[in-house]
Amino acid sequence: MLNGRRTRLDVHPMKRLLDVLREECGLTGTKEGCGEGECGACTLLVDNRPVNSCLVPVAHVAGARVMTIEGLRGRHPLQRAFVEHGGAQCGICTPGMIMAAVAVGRKPALDQIRTGLAGNLCRCTGYEAIYRSVMRAR
Amino acid sequence: MIGSIANRTLLQPKSLADALKMLRDEGPLTPLAGCTDLYVALNFGTLKDVRFLNLWGLERLRPIGIRAGMLAIGALATYTDLIRSPVVRKRLPMLVAAAREVGGVQIQNRGTIGGNVVNASPAGDTLPVLAAADAVVVLQSAGGVRRIPFNAFYTGYRQTVRRSDEIVVALEIAPIRGRQYFRKVGTRAAQAISKVVMAGVAGTPPRIALGSVAPTVIRAAQTEAAIAGGASLEAAQRILADELSPIDDMRSTAEYRRRVAVNLLAQFVLGR
Ligand SMILES: Cc1cc2nc3c(=O)[nH]c(=O)nc-3n(C[C@H](O)[C@H](O)[C@H](O)COP(=O)(O)OP(=O)(O)OC[C@H]3O[C@@H](n4cnc5c(N)ncnc54)[C@H](O)[C@@H]3O)c2cc1C
Ligand code: FES
Ligand code: FES
Repeated sequence: MLNGRRTRLDVHPMKRLLDVLREECGLTGTKEGCGEGECGACTLLVDNRPVNSCLVPVAHVAGARVMTIEGLRGRHPLQRAFVEHGGAQCGICTPGMIMAAVAVGRKPALDQIRTGLAGNLCRCTGYEAIYRSVMRAR
Repeated sequence: MIGSIANRTLLQPKSLADALKMLRDEGPLTPLAGCTDLYVALNFGTLKDVRFLNLWGLERLRPIGIRAGMLAIGALATYTDLIRSPVVRKRLPMLVAAAREVGGVQIQNRGTIGGNVVNASPAGDTLPVLAAADAVVVLQSAGGVRRIPFNAFYTGYRQTVRRSDEIVVALEIAPIRGRQYFRKVGTRAAQAISKVVMAGVAGTPPRIALGSVAPTVIRAAQTEAAIAGGASLEAAQRILADELSPIDDMRSTAEYRRRVAVNLLAQFVLGR
């Protein structure tokens, strides 16, 4: 299931989930930063848990539920909060940041946010505006 | 991705028995677990292997439970599974502490204990815990099961006794008496590769293991014996400093690692 839709693909089983989404599915919201698990830009949810899609062979999501930033349809409270509270500047980290934040859950404490976003790097905001956006998302 | 995947083959076993047959008849094959080490190497182009075996779907390798009095952790248990497991929290809290400090949540959701063990990095965070816990590595091939004491599993830098037709199926840990200790010293909390890791059990005799201070994870046997024999903390620290063989690398210097290790020993002994 990809963003709630049953999806069949004929691709090499070792192709990275990140590349399958961007090249085969036309879903370019998921970004590549480092390609080595360090930056979190490629974060999406597999069965509701955040993973780095640059380190996931597509074979590992057969039968699983994959949710990308497109799956939030631009209407998620976190998306609005990132715009309103300056959580996004250049935007390259933003889809991954938001997907990791979705998994943190509702009404999180600051250190839950810090732990939940520890695998996501941002070069622009200095993080405070991101934490604020997640705190204030409603 | 750097390097083409077109020449790579992925074998997809339906069961453990299937996987073991493939390893015997169609090897050599590189097992894939959570891919948090393997795909970094593949993306970088440093891994030249072309034939792989997908373990991820083998549900039998995932459960954590008690078997004949031993804590048995399936090789595919992820860091998230370890953190959430009530039996691991109860019996082996130092492993939960180690799992919490691995990577960020994305890595915790995919990285497995079996991958950490077989990857055999001297900086692997679960390795000192397994060494201090006197864990047993359960290896299985089409020919049968072998149980190897964790402290005999590594033979040198990134070398293990695992044969190419074997899979690590589980780690077994006998009940432990005494306070457990874990501490990782890195550059920052998440995503950092350890500069020094120490795990310990304050039992009689005490058990102390360290990572990143030698070519493999080590048990500090002489230091343990000194403490058991009633040596002072200062004497035990001197013995520990001599027992380590750290190196200078891009992450740290040998001297710094030795100093940190000695300080961690004090923390462990004084119960802080
Ligand atoms: C950003 C980032 C941060 C990280 N942080 C840490 C950290 O803080 N501490 C730490 O210790 N590690 C860290 N790692 C390394 C890695 O996540 C761990 O070593 C992890 O446990 C590897 O497990 P895996 O399932 O992903 O292994 P894989 O990458 O799938 O496999 C690793 C190796 O083990 C072999 N293998 C795997 N399972 C088995 C099995 N059951 N039987 C036989 N062979 C097997 C594979 O063939 C391969 O050689 C980090 C990695 C990244 C990318
Ligand atoms: S691109 Fe995947 S973690 Fe950086
Ligand atoms: S907004 Fe630019 S990297 Fe985060």
